[in-house]
Amino acid sequence: MTGRRTGTGPEPDTRIVFDGHEVPAVAGEPVAAALLAAGVRTVCRGIRTGRPRGVVGIGTGEPGAQVRTEGPDPRPMAPAPRVEACEGLRVSGLAGYARLPDQAPARGGDSRWAHCDVLVVGAGPAGLAAADAARAEGARVVIADEAPAPGGDARGNGRDGWITATWQALAGAADVRALARTTVTGHHDHGELIALQRRGGSDLLWRIRARRTVLATGSTERPFAFQDDDLPGVMLAGAAAAYVRRHGVLPGGRPVVAGCHDEALWAAAALHDAGARIAAVADARPEAGAAAREALRRRGIGVRAGTSAVRAEPGAEGGVAAVLLAPVAPDGSVQGEAERVPCDLLAVSGGFDPATPLAVQAGGRVRWSDRHAAFLPGDLPPTTVCVGAAAGTRDPGTAVEEGIQAGEAAARAALGRTGPGGRPSEGGGLEGHLPDALRARGGSAQGHGARAGEGAAGGPPAAPLQAVGGQARERPSAGAAGAVGVPGDVRAGDTAPPMALFCVTGPDTDHERVFVDLQRDATLSDIRAAVAAGMDSIELIKRHTTIGTGPDQGRTCGALVTGITARLLGRTMDEVGGATPRPPYAPIPFTALAGRARGDLIDPLRRTPMHAWHEAHGAAYEDVGQWRRARYYAREDEDMHAAVLRECAAARTGVAALDASTLGKVVVAGRDAGEFLDRLYTGTFSTLKPGRCRYGLLCTADGMVLDDGVIARLPDGSYLVSTTTGNAETVLDHMEEWSQTEWPDLCVHIFNATDAWAVVSLVGPRSREVMRRLAPDMDVSREGFRFMDLKEGRVAGVRARVLRVSFTGELTFEVNVPSWYGLAVWEAAMEAGAEYGITPYGTETMHVLRAEKGFIVVGHETDGSITPLDLGMDWALSRTKDFVGKRSLSRPDTARADRPQLVGLLPEDPGFVLAEGAQLTEAAPGRGGPRARSQGWVTSSYDSAALGRSFALGLLRSGRERHGEVLQAVHLGTAVPVRVADPVFYDREGSRKDG
Amino acid sequence: MLLIPCPWCGPRDEREFRYGGQAHIAYPADPSALDDRAWAEYLFLRDNPAGAFAERWFHASGCRAWCDVRRDTVDYTVAGSCPTGAHGADADADAGQGPCASPYCVRRATPADAEGGAR
Repeated sequence: MTGRRTGTGPEPDTRIVFDGHEVPAVAGEPVAAALLAAGVRTVCRGIRTGRPRGVVGIGTGEPGAQVRTEGPDPRPMAPAPRVEACEGLRVSGLAGYARLPDQAPARGGDSRWAHCDVLVVGAGPAGLAAADAARAEGARVVIADEAPAPGGDARGNGRDGWITATWQALAGAADVRALARTTVTGHHDHGELIALQRRGGSDLLWRIRARRTVLATGSTERPFAFQDDDLPGVMLAGAAAAYVRRHGVLPGGRPVVAGCHDEALWAAAALHDAGARIAAVADARPEAGAAAREALRRRGIGVRAGTSAVRAEPGAEGGVAAVLLAPVAPDGSVQGEAERVPCDLLAVSGGFDPATPLAVQAGGRVRWSDRHAAFLPGDLPPTTVCVGAAAGTRDPGTAVEEGIQAGEAAARAALGRTGPGGRPSEGGGLEGHLPDALRARGGSAQGHGARAGEGAAGGPPAAPLQAVGGQARERPSAGAAGAVGVPGDVRAGDTAPPMALFCVTGPDTDHERVFVDLQRDATLSDIRAAVAAGMDSIELIKRHTTIGTGPDQGRTCGALVTGITARLLGRTMDEVGGATPRPPYAPIPFTALAGRARGDLIDPLRRTPMHAWHEAHGAAYEDVGQWRRARYYAREDEDMHAAVLRECAAARTGVAALDASTLGKVVVAGRDAGEFLDRLYTGTFSTLKPGRCRYGLLCTADGMVLDDGVIARLPDGSYLVSTTTGNAETVLDHMEEWSQTEWPDLCVHIFNATDAWAVVSLVGPRSREVMRRLAPDMDVSREGFRFMDLKEGRVAGVRARVLRVSFTGELTFEVNVPSWYGLAVWEAAMEAGAEYGITPYGTETMHVLRAEKGFIVVGHETDGSITPLDLGMDWALSRTKDFVGKRSLSRPDTARADRPQLVGLLPEDPGFVLAEGAQLTEAAPGRGGPRARSQGWVTSSYDSAALGRSFALGLLRSGRERHGEVLQAVHLGTAVPVRVADPVFYDREGSRKDG
Repeated sequence: MLLIPCPWCGPRDEREFRYGGQAHIAYPADPSALDDRAWAEYLFLRDNPAGAFAERWFHASGCRAWCDVRRDTVDYTVAGSCPTGAHGADADADAGQGPCASPYCVRRATPADAEGGAR
């Protein structure tokens, strides 16, 4: 047992289970704290090496301890410092990979929008001060923080009263939303930020639109690399001290502290004060800060200057048991003999990296500051500002001042005010003016970005520890204590600047055991290999070594990689830079991204008014776009093949009925509706008489088929345009685009009537008899109701529009009734047709019947690269007028003779149904022979009752000239001979459409 | 996601819009009079500037109106928006015109606005 509770924090009140063993815990504390207190050192294993790993840090960017949790808040993978202990929690260590639950998680996620004037990211001293100042200015504020409790790194450091009071005041204020356990994961365009709020049982994904953003994201402590730096018991010094201060957990009884800045020394003091016996304190700098040195001296602890850890040594149980301390040069190279110091905790710290990913995503840039020994953010757009430790300010008092200033400025800017005081002007949002959010990205490109807090503007040095007198409204008494245990009364002159120490190596160092990225088990050796292989950019090195691609995204090791690479390449830190910190900043569970869009809610499901009937009559379904359509109605012992043959036979010889309600129906009305359709469709519609229908093709400007359908002219002169199922919205968009952007002078009104009408399609030679019964008042005779006529009248007692069109080649009455009556009319048709053996049929039969006639379906025979000419449909093209896409049909590419052209295909084996998508080749592809090049492909393929054999449609290069040729249809390695034929297989004369 | 100022609805999320590419590419008055090269240029060739760009957006999940938006393709700053056809391609060419009906009319945007200053 190494770690223990100091007795200054709360006593354990619950138990968690870690890898099968019970571990006492304080409810709400991080699992990492409970494990450290219980002396658990090895938490998980390295992904490649299997080496034992323990808790390293205290934040979300934990590079060591990744766990899987079960129980109240199950997570496949989470950093142990971010999992809160609770009753019933079961935790297990991971070896690099998450393991999903065996069953789909019951927990769902949800998402929510928030709009605010000022978003403050981070609730440390700077963030709290900024949010409070912005609130006082009257701004709508959102403040979000990763941790369960506010305070950031300042928590547990003598300011908790102010922190808690300020947070509670914010949480209780109107127009303020205070979000704990919420990680802002990305800064996107125009002030949109995504945040993940972890809630027991379900996560909430926030989409926040902020006029101004204050980034008070704090800093991430970084280690430095040395041999066997991954052993359990090697921790970050600031994190070790924070476990003491915040949770009363001392991670080790006999620590060695090794750092290169004053705050590491103060961490040693904190460990000592908590009861640890400090084995040694090493500082790589030639001289440590006088105040910290003196504080340790008073505790009887000496500081070994110019010294650092060069190697850790494991004990019997695998954790750290000793460390070799050796004199080092500023570049980290060992300069003399090492001394072995036994210890149970090696607390290291290489410095603090401002958490800048969001600043960079906002359009900012980071630059290396020697004085801070860190990358600082700058060149931010005017809508974003960095304050506090995120801007390199280590002193909380100064951070609070920055926060107040930034909060006030952000609020005033967001509210459209320039000076202090006063209420926001009415409607701060301001018709006639663009919101600043539209400029929320990219000030950097023009170089007019605001400076990051005071930090990047050459503000305070790394350790300006003098107290800043606070006199304004409630703010923490600056000088009470420093961020990481630094007393507030330390004068600037008594401090020493930090040193940039990234890696300590000596002549004996095994570079393969100098771990840089623990999550990826990537080492100094890997970086050297990448550089030796010619990788000279940080992005290439990242990809070559996988450094920074783990769940922690390399948050603690980013600066190390840059520093090591810079040294290897002989370049500056800025020349090497850091890998682009893309969103998300922290992993987002897919359950949160999916939100409620799971199962039935993933996409709207559209059912026709007759759906209940299909359901009751054993329909099998096919989803077409969002529509659920009946595919076939199998009777007992029938499979789909048998059912479809039966349904086809009924439609060709008797009467059959199709629910065609899903057909798109777009109404085009207005004075110039006919002219409008003439310009868009390939045919002429202005001359169409009311009560008549005409088939039309719709092309895009490049001449490709977009849609097809029958256009009917209604008695009132407007047009009813039918579209392919699932294409109504596309056609509507297309029409609105041309109407608004090209021909605004045309008086046209367009609306989608698809859902307003249910359609019963009565098909077959005996359909007229059924219609007579259904519509006794309507003249449905061959002479009185001609092909391509539209009539209005009553069908089954309901006002209806009936179209005599045909998608099967058979006599067809397409009965349109208001949706409300769809089911009733369908049932009436079934009853009226009963004595004729009326047979309901679905989409599969519909496809067979239309393909027998060589009728195309958009999406089967077209794919956005097929022209009307390719389909052999020049008959549908007007020669006397222009239409959109017409000019494109005479382009060299569309006019060439070897275009893919629509053909029929008859397998030589009449029982074989080709696979749709099969490729057509001249010879069967075989090993060693000439490569069989694709000549085309199969677009539709069925077995036909009418033909008594299988058949298909396809697109074949120069296909119209190749009827009679035998080709191979190749699918999944099988070649089948097929004969090219005319695409119209049935009733070529068109004699059956009138019954 | 961008925030796009619809002239009719105000600033709305990009999710509500469909992109329409470069603005002010008129459908030729007589396509048949164009040779293959000129027609192909109309069909396929568009400007791809690094900087100010007039582009079309369709407020599909809103008022269903098309509008022209002036956006910088480098830093995504939006200068303003107008109903389709309100102004020509070049904001400066017909500077004699006043602002159009749009509250976000590009001609109404002043340098002060662009700097995020006076409202």
